[in-house]
Amino acid sequence: MSPQKKHFRPRIATVWLAGCSGCHMSFLDLDEWLFDLAEIADVVFSPIADVKEYPENVDAVLVEGAVANEDNLELIRKVRARTKILVAFGDCAVTGNVTALRNPLGGPEVFLERAYVQEADTQPGIPRDHSVVPELLPRVLPLHQVVKVDAYLRGCPPSPAAIRDLLLSALGGEKEKE
Amino acid sequence: MDKSELQAIAGKERGARKPVCVSCCTAAGCLSAGGGDVMDSLREELSASGASQKVEVRAVGCMKLCSRGPLVRVEDTSDGRPVADGARLYEKIKPSQAPVLIRAAGEGEAAELPMVDLSHPFFTRQRPIVLENCGVVEPERIESYIEADGYLALHKVLRDMTPEEVVKTITQSGLRGRGGAGFPTGIKWSLVAKAISEKKYIVCNADEGDPGAFMDRSVLESDPHRVLEGMAIAAYAVGASEGYIYIRGEYPLAINRLQTAIRTARRLGLLGSRIFEAPFDFNVDLRIGAGAFVCGEETALMASIEGRRGNPSPRPPYPAEHGLWGHSTLINNVETFANIAPILRRGAEWFASVGTEKSKGTKVFALAGKIANTGLIEVPMGITLREIVEEIGGGDPDGQVKAVQTGGPSGGCIPARHLDTPVDYESLAELGSIMGSGGMIVMDDSNNMVDVARFFMQFCMDESCGKCLPCRAGTVQMHGLLEKIRDRRATADDLALLEELCDVVKYTSLCGLGQTAPNPVLSTLRFFRHEYEELLQKEVTLA
Amino acid sequence: MKVTTLTINGELVSASPGATVLEAARENGIRIPTLCALEGLSTVGACRLCLVEVKGSPRLQPACVTAADEGMEVSTDTDRLRRYRSMILELLFAERNHVCPVCVANGHCELQDRARQAGMDHVRLPYQHPDLPVDITHARFGVDHNRCILCTRCIRVCDELEGAHTWDLAGRGTNARVITDLNQPWGDAVSCTSCGKCAEACPTGAIFKQGSTVGEMEHRSDRIRFISAARARKEWSP
Repeated sequence: MSPQKKHFRPRIATVWLAGCSGCHMSFLDLDEWLFDLAEIADVVFSPIADVKEYPENVDAVLVEGAVANEDNLELIRKVRARTKILVAFGDCAVTGNVTALRNPLGGPEVFLERAYVQEADTQPGIPRDHSVVPELLPRVLPLHQVVKVDAYLRGCPPSPAAIRDLLLSALGGEKEKE
Repeated sequence: MDKSELQAIAGKERGARKPVCVSCCTAAGCLSAGGGDVMDSLREELSASGASQKVEVRAVGCMKLCSRGPLVRVEDTSDGRPVADGARLYEKIKPSQAPVLIRAAGEGEAAELPMVDLSHPFFTRQRPIVLENCGVVEPERIESYIEADGYLALHKVLRDMTPEEVVKTITQSGLRGRGGAGFPTGIKWSLVAKAISEKKYIVCNADEGDPGAFMDRSVLESDPHRVLEGMAIAAYAVGASEGYIYIRGEYPLAINRLQTAIRTARRLGLLGSRIFEAPFDFNVDLRIGAGAFVCGEETALMASIEGRRGNPSPRPPYPAEHGLWGHSTLINNVETFANIAPILRRGAEWFASVGTEKSKGTKVFALAGKIANTGLIEVPMGITLREIVEEIGGGDPDGQVKAVQTGGPSGGCIPARHLDTPVDYESLAELGSIMGSGGMIVMDDSNNMVDVARFFMQFCMDESCGKCLPCRAGTVQMHGLLEKIRDRRATADDLALLEELCDVVKYTSLCGLGQTAPNPVLSTLRFFRHEYEELLQKEVTLA
Repeated sequence: MKVTTLTINGELVSASPGATVLEAARENGIRIPTLCALEGLSTVGACRLCLVEVKGSPRLQPACVTAADEGMEVSTDTDRLRRYRSMILELLFAERNHVCPVCVANGHCELQDRARQAGMDHVRLPYQHPDLPVDITHARFGVDHNRCILCTRCIRVCDELEGAHTWDLAGRGTNARVITDLNQPWGDAVSCTSCGKCAEACPTGAIFKQGSTVGEMEHRSDRIRFISAARARKEWSP
């Protein structure tokens, strides 16, 4: 890689909202290509990196999962405000997918009751302390119903190759702008 | 039955008339205000008073000013007075007022009861052709219709005219379909007349379904024979021998009166075989709709008559080539058929002298909303909306007229600044509305246009049959977006999406219901866009 | 009747006598997207995906029911049509619960295929998420109303090819549902011959063979065409 190209190091991030983490597993399946990625970009925030606060001035982010609770909502708004290119990463982020399967059943109380009371093995009771367990939104939403989304990557999960191609084109686009 | 017998019935009917006639409205509007009890009380009072030599009580149809019902008209022709001089129209009559009314009628005096001014523009600006017998003849007695020159046109047609001449007369009259779209009636008839089909059918579309519209119901309740006569003439003109009236089940009184009319017409030989001794047979049956607006669409209507689910089908083929059970079929609306007999009695030229160059004759409207005089009106084509709203309707009693909605859920809202628009098919279309079947709703500042659009969209959403996707799912999404805008949860992106949906649903839906469902949105956006924009938010709000 | 010639997308093509625009296009290798149309069954013109522009007609025409007329000029792939098709697909995906990753027909679904071909990458409209039942009372088949797009292929194949008319439509508008017999559980529908044609005709995961799990339900709609063609030629008549 030429020194000139190394001059610009894009800051990228991955975010995990309400999803199964399968999309991140697929990302990790890029295996040794992740070393190539580290050559050309800085991963500044990710569930697999120990960073507590989503930083400012992120060039591109892959957001896995739907928006299902107050924590997701707060984070996605922060991510949007601090990122140039926001990618809806996988079917939960794009459509709501399996995460949104609760929507036809009614409001959160219906399935909280089912999960924490009816199906509870011991100590039935719905956790109400929202500092510990974030409050659920009435409906699970795909990202674009909450914030502006710049690109959509479908798949449950998207294939590693698709993730790589998308990252390369996003970073390439950013590079050209420099 | 021949002409002399017809004239004998009319003569006998005239001979039996009493000098003073008390007519009580027994159409649905007045009946729901208690007109049935008024009618009974008047009859009881008449027989008790002993004035029945001089006074008669007649159960007639709609007298038009529905908001003031029950209405009772007293006409005094004693001493050779012309009818117009001695006519009085009493409003909001209660059964307890029957004695006063009958006594005054017998004495030739005016009763001390609230009266409607018959010289008001509401009456004088009207031009009755379709409604000429409305409130005059007794809808349940065929003799009463015959007395008013009923079935003379049918006689003339069967005895003196060829089918081609009949079609030509209708074409020359310039009559256009009164169901809403305004297709030239004569052309439609000639298409069916020329179609080669083993059998042909006549269908009368009486599935009037626009919210607030009651023109067809009033005609059927007040003057059912006029529609039967129009259908019979059409049958002769196109070569059909069977007809159906598809009428919605929500009109029990109209159904009842049609059944009576068909039965009595058959008994007198005015329906059935060899009518007026001519080689012409015609029978009419009723088909009762089960409450689906979409069955007013002609292909859905035919499916329903055939006993199938009332879903529309793609056109072509049109009913003229492939109609009921695959046979050539003529479908016209109630009001269209109601225009036929007068055209043949008085001639195409007479009819064409009323109205504008491209829209001939009159149009019946159900005038409703924020207006002083609510009711049924018939006006010449070309009259301005302002004349209808301000003169006939008496304006808005509480506020400022903001818009006039015509065409129901397929139509649009015309803003007050365009009130000088003449009422004809083309002018209304230019303003993004349609003539429609005759609903006319006046709105003032208390009506928010987003909510008006939402109301009509909800109607279309509930009435979509579900066959084609753009209408089935598109109306649901448009309704959701309109609710979101109304509730101040929408952004500019939502409004753009709504407009895109309007475009898609309008151009991709299978039948008229879907194709016109976006009209109330498009027309309110065209003239009242600011009312939408005022409700928009900058940020996304979650429900 | 003789062969007709018409123009599709600027190309002069010929069509068999009596062919529709859709058939004419297929005969000439021009792809028009469809969902409710299935070769071997009658056409209803309901899904509106196959709408095309015909020169001189102010309205768009469904290719599946429009006769290919001599000299007709048809456009099947304009920007406007692509925009409409994309929105129609979005409307379909938003209407019911089409959760592809957990659907029996994932990977073998005509709705999914149409969306991919149209380049639809997300649905801008809010998902309706209706609460719909799954009927698995039949011994061999099941119907999942969450995946149904109301194309009515099942109704037509059952009526026109099997002659059983087990399937029909109830309710209207967005509440319309395919039903078996008089809206009884499928397992109680006495008119059903268990022939399975509906499962072959279904374009999505709505009607499936029991025992299929995610992605395992492969519809063989070509069998419908095969049966229909064989019957038309009276191949099985003595």
